[in-house]
Amino acid sequence: MTSTTTSSHLGALLMAPVNALMRVVDIPLRGLQKSTGIGGMAAFFLAPNMLIFGIFVLLPLFINIVYSTTGGTAFFLSERSFVGTEQYQRLFTCTNYLDPMSCQEDAFWTAVGNTFWFVVLQVALMILVSLVTALILNRDLIGRSFWRAVFFFPVLLSPVVVGLIWKWILQRQGLLNFILYEIGNVTPYTWLTDRNWTFIATIGVSIWAHMGLYTLILLAGLQAIPKDLYEAAEMDGTKPARVFWRITLPLLAPNLLVVVVLALIKAVQIFDEVYVLTGGGPGTSTLYLTQYIYETGFASALRNPGLAAAASILMGLVLVVLTLMQLGLGRKNENKGKR
Amino acid sequence: MGAAARFILRRKGGKGWHWTDIVTWVWLIGGLIIMFGPAMWLAFSSFKTPAALNEFPPSILPYVTSQATVQGYDKPLQLFEAKMPDGTTKVLAEVRRIGLVAQMVDPTTPGEIIKVNMNDRTPVRSVSFATENYTEPFTQFDFLRYLWNSVFVTVVATLITLIVNSMAAFALSKYEFTGRNLAMFVILATLMVPLSVIMVPLYSIISTLGMFNSLWGVILPTVATPTGVFILRQYMLTIPDELIDAARMDKASEWQIYWRIVLPLTAPALAVLAIFSVVWRWNDFLWPLIVLSRRELYTLQVGLSIYSGELNVQWHFILAMTVVTMIPVVLVFIFLQRFITTGIAGTGLK
Repeated sequence: MTSTTTSSHLGALLMAPVNALMRVVDIPLRGLQKSTGIGGMAAFFLAPNMLIFGIFVLLPLFINIVYSTTGGTAFFLSERSFVGTEQYQRLFTCTNYLDPMSCQEDAFWTAVGNTFWFVVLQVALMILVSLVTALILNRDLIGRSFWRAVFFFPVLLSPVVVGLIWKWILQRQGLLNFILYEIGNVTPYTWLTDRNWTFIATIGVSIWAHMGLYTLILLAGLQAIPKDLYEAAEMDGTKPARVFWRITLPLLAPNLLVVVVLALIKAVQIFDEVYVLTGGGPGTSTLYLTQYIYETGFASALRNPGLAAAASILMGLVLVVLTLMQLGLGRKNENKGKR
Repeated sequence: MGAAARFILRRKGGKGWHWTDIVTWVWLIGGLIIMFGPAMWLAFSSFKTPAALNEFPPSILPYVTSQATVQGYDKPLQLFEAKMPDGTTKVLAEVRRIGLVAQMVDPTTPGEIIKVNMNDRTPVRSVSFATENYTEPFTQFDFLRYLWNSVFVTVVATLITLIVNSMAAFALSKYEFTGRNLAMFVILATLMVPLSVIMVPLYSIISTLGMFNSLWGVILPTVATPTGVFILRQYMLTIPDELIDAARMDKASEWQIYWRIVLPLTAPALAVLAIFSVVWRWNDFLWPLIVLSRRELYTLQVGLSIYSGELNVQWHFILAMTVVTMIPVVLVFIFLQRFITTGIAGTGLK
């Protein structure tokens, strides 16, 4: 009782200068309101957000097109010369489109290929794991919120921390080798120098880090399925497998589709944890699109902002298609809910 | 014993065990180990000395070999438990090693050298936490600076996010004006524009504005989050307009209505957005990596990635600083996890 009153006193004390400031701010704003009217104040409230959006999101979108049609290594637009579609042509110059090495920009096509396989495998596996976890969490469990939190924990961790946790486990003297040594006396292996294992590691680590989010959304979808459907099925003596295929899956389908598209959008942009875990290597085995754009634009000695901009626009187009799919699916769900 | 087991394994409604129950519990316990195990392993490792970190097979707890200063020797000597020829064991200090034979001395009688076969001795070890892993990066490296930069970016960006987003949400939920739908559309459309698509032009804008190598260059592009506007607007729509009309009758200015009426009523949604924003900004990596190139400006995430990418990784420092970086997020997880999970389940946004 006393502690709450003290804390509210403390709160009042802390808020006092803020409130005083707001009272001072109010004086010129009343003047503004008098000259613009109430409607004008709406513009005032909207202005800061729109200004920041305009400068840091919309403006870059347009400048990106300018970058992708100009050449040179300079970042200032005035020092760049117009080259038309040269950057795009450079990206698409290949003698054999199925072999990245035959392309002029072989790193780009390697990144595209890697990202494609990463997205396909990671999303498929992650949705499967998330769905199984959601189904299990949806059962009559003791301490469900605890178990839900367990699977959600890695979602909050920073990608850098995730990368370092797993880099440490996959070391030669790391936990994985230790476990394999204890179980089967396997000799320690340097997992992160093996092309195939690093690719698998990036898939596994990103599933570990993000599956909690999708589990949560799917669980919310499962809990929205009316209980009486299951009761009716039980009364009819329907087999559990049939209940799953005939009730659970069809009613979860809209959520599942949204989750798949959301996972696709995130997977296409994969960068942070992989950059820390493998740095794109060994060689180019885990070089994904965002890292290609980052290195082409900023990090490499032969940096080429125009080429990076062109690649990022191509990636943006893929994301726009995916997002439109997501919005379309969302609308369809809403209509279903209304009916 | 049997009764206790039966009590623990008893199911609701007196039903027996089904194979799906076994799958459920295997999955849950396995999940518990896989989700928490790696982070725990990192935390335990962070208290080990560099020598202990290089051991294989590793131990879970941080052990160090005990040492003793022996009269007549400058450096402290490592202690071993040695099997003597007569079958007894004795604690001896190692002087030097020649091939398979170690020359050792008894710390109590330092004069005479005892020769012991390598296989007949085991090191004397005790649990010891290498807390210098935590103190040294702060005192000898710039990590205190990185910590401060991270805290600054997180706090300032979150405050600006809350103010700017709530103002926009107020305008979009409580006013009728031409272009409102356009503004909504623009905000929702920016959900489609992730950083990886606009990093090249964004970098040039930040440079032009003179914010390259400045923490403000990290903060400003992130504060106008569409998600934030969306969450707050949805919440403000539920506040009855009558309240606002009544305040206008009482000659309250629009700013007062925003500050004194709408904001306090939006507190739950603001709290959710604040938690999200703190986690987002604390975890941000790619954009700070691009904007900050001077060492003293790094955030914890950038500093960690740069140091861990060096050729000679000082794992004992990296592990300790990773734990420090994890702490705020773990605190959020322990105390505020419920808000986040309900927030995500409600909006489907992250």
